[in-house]
Amino acid sequence: MRLQRFATEVLVIGAGPAGLAAGYTAVRSGRHAILVDENPAPGGQIWRGEWTTPRSSEAALWFDKVRRAPLTILTGIRVIAEVAERTLLGEDQQTAYEFRYKTLILATGARERFLPFPGWTLPNVMGAGGLQALVKMGFPIRGKRVVVAGTGPLLLAVAAYLRAHGARVLMIAEQAPLSRLLWLGRGLWRFPTKAWQALILRGRLFDVPYRSSCWPLSANGDGRLQSVTLQCGSRTREIPCDYLACGFHLVPNVELALLLRCEVREGCVRVNEFQETSRANIFCAGEPTGIGGVDLALVEGQIAGYAAAGRPEAARALFPQRDRWRRFASRLNRTFALRPELKKLPDAQTIVCRCEDVPRGRLEEYRSWREAKLHTRCGMGPCQGRICGPAVEFLFGWTMESIRPPIFPARVESLIASPEQGESVWR
Amino acid sequence: MREVVTLTINHTRVEVPAGTTVLVALLANGIMAVRRSVSGEPRGPLCGIGVCFECRVTINDRPHCQSCQVLCEDGMDVRTE
Ligand SMILES: Cc1cc2nc3c(=O)[nH]c(=O)nc-3n(C[C@H](O)[C@H](O)[C@H](O)COP(=O)(O)OP(=O)(O)OC[C@H]3O[C@@H](n4cnc5c(N)ncnc54)[C@H](O)[C@@H]3O)c2cc1C
Ligand code: FES
Repeated sequence: MRLQRFATEVLVIGAGPAGLAAGYTAVRSGRHAILVDENPAPGGQIWRGEWTTPRSSEAALWFDKVRRAPLTILTGIRVIAEVAERTLLGEDQQTAYEFRYKTLILATGARERFLPFPGWTLPNVMGAGGLQALVKMGFPIRGKRVVVAGTGPLLLAVAAYLRAHGARVLMIAEQAPLSRLLWLGRGLWRFPTKAWQALILRGRLFDVPYRSSCWPLSANGDGRLQSVTLQCGSRTREIPCDYLACGFHLVPNVELALLLRCEVREGCVRVNEFQETSRANIFCAGEPTGIGGVDLALVEGQIAGYAAAGRPEAARALFPQRDRWRRFASRLNRTFALRPELKKLPDAQTIVCRCEDVPRGRLEEYRSWREAKLHTRCGMGPCQGRICGPAVEFLFGWTMESIRPPIFPARVESLIASPEQGESVWR
Repeated sequence: MREVVTLTINHTRVEVPAGTTVLVALLANGIMAVRRSVSGEPRGPLCGIGVCFECRVTINDRPHCQSCQVLCEDGMDVRTE
């Protein structure tokens, strides 16, 4: 197996908004920087599939800046392990890569939180952002009946996106109560751009019912989804549909930070005012420090980029902007907090760990992740607990404390590819 | 860049627009249940972004590839379980 080696001053993992902003800021401050992302193209989640054809002016602006900057972006490469001091290992389909850095910026983003309910393992039940990601990559959704459910601002964005691509969005089921949504709405005047976006979204979805205090009880069908049963306030409703797009807000991707022994508290990477983690020379920006959306990701990325390039004063100038988006994020996260009723969704037979097919009933016998893992293999499949972990935490209060390398299933050849086999690309 | 790429899915030739992921090619060709779980349940994609591993298939004889993260290439051989 081939091994390619890179060395750089600033290494950024993740080419979403946070990583792009960080890498761009670092090179504009005179540093050499390399960005690595496992996706086929830069853009992260929000700008997925837009690298060659941006849909929003913000994406166009950032892509243009990044293209003009002397920034190396390597895509299709997943970072999986640390092989030596300040050296990370990555791989793609054919090749292993070693990245040596002076300063590291983690911008690994977030994933959707999934909660188990009867039928959630049926084909055609997907994440909300999950179905959107497929459509972004070319999956035809025209004419299909879709129910969007779960919680969070993403539901609206997804519904509008699917509708614009011809889907028949039958309903948006939001578990948060109306009182919370109204509270969020009342505070929006302080964030005019967000208020404007909300209005536009609402306009695009004018004929799609948006139900608060509404959540999926079961997905029904034999081998394939046929309908979804929803709890809507005090009533239950069954809606026939082709797809259920369901996600319960987001959880930070902290696996790489954990691997590098950066402090993680309550599921978020701890950073100081310069976005530096508990480990010197390792910075973190965007969703891993706490779910905050694209605006916060962009500011945090710039602050990390300036700080990594030794320009603390330039970073400091952005603190007020970051405070503002943090306030907005905390309002969002309070609004879309999970209601306790959702803990009752899975019955004893409902699968919680999809990799190892472990049902809820089997987990109830144990008192901790460790015990449950040992006896049931829950969280030990290829996703390494990325999907069931946040669900188990919500259902039983167990948290995952550590991670073993490689942080993704990797090919043995990558892990043993030795430097002698490699060609060096010192940049 | 070429407009279309040709690959085989379970020994059948299919054409897809360039830039399509293997997963989208599977779904667009009617394969919704991409794999079977350890207890034999049909499963389809969940996360769409390379996290859940529910979309894994065999690509060019290499098993367990996440089809949502791989772009289709000319001559690619894709097999589902
Ligand atoms: C499925 C999904 C869809 C979303 N859609 C929208 C939307 O339509 N609108 C919206 O406003 N917000 C959306 N969001 C919210 C999104 O989190 C933010 O808007 C924004 O993208 C966050 O920017 P970021 O740079 O922090 O993270 P991201 O955009 O998530 O970027 C992180 C990047 O890091 C890469 N990465 C992670 N780990 C590794 C590794 N080990 N090796 C290599 N690369 C790695 C990922 O591939 C990804 O590209 C979505 C979130 C998800 C999970
Ligand atoms: S759909 Fe989840 S990894 Fe591909």
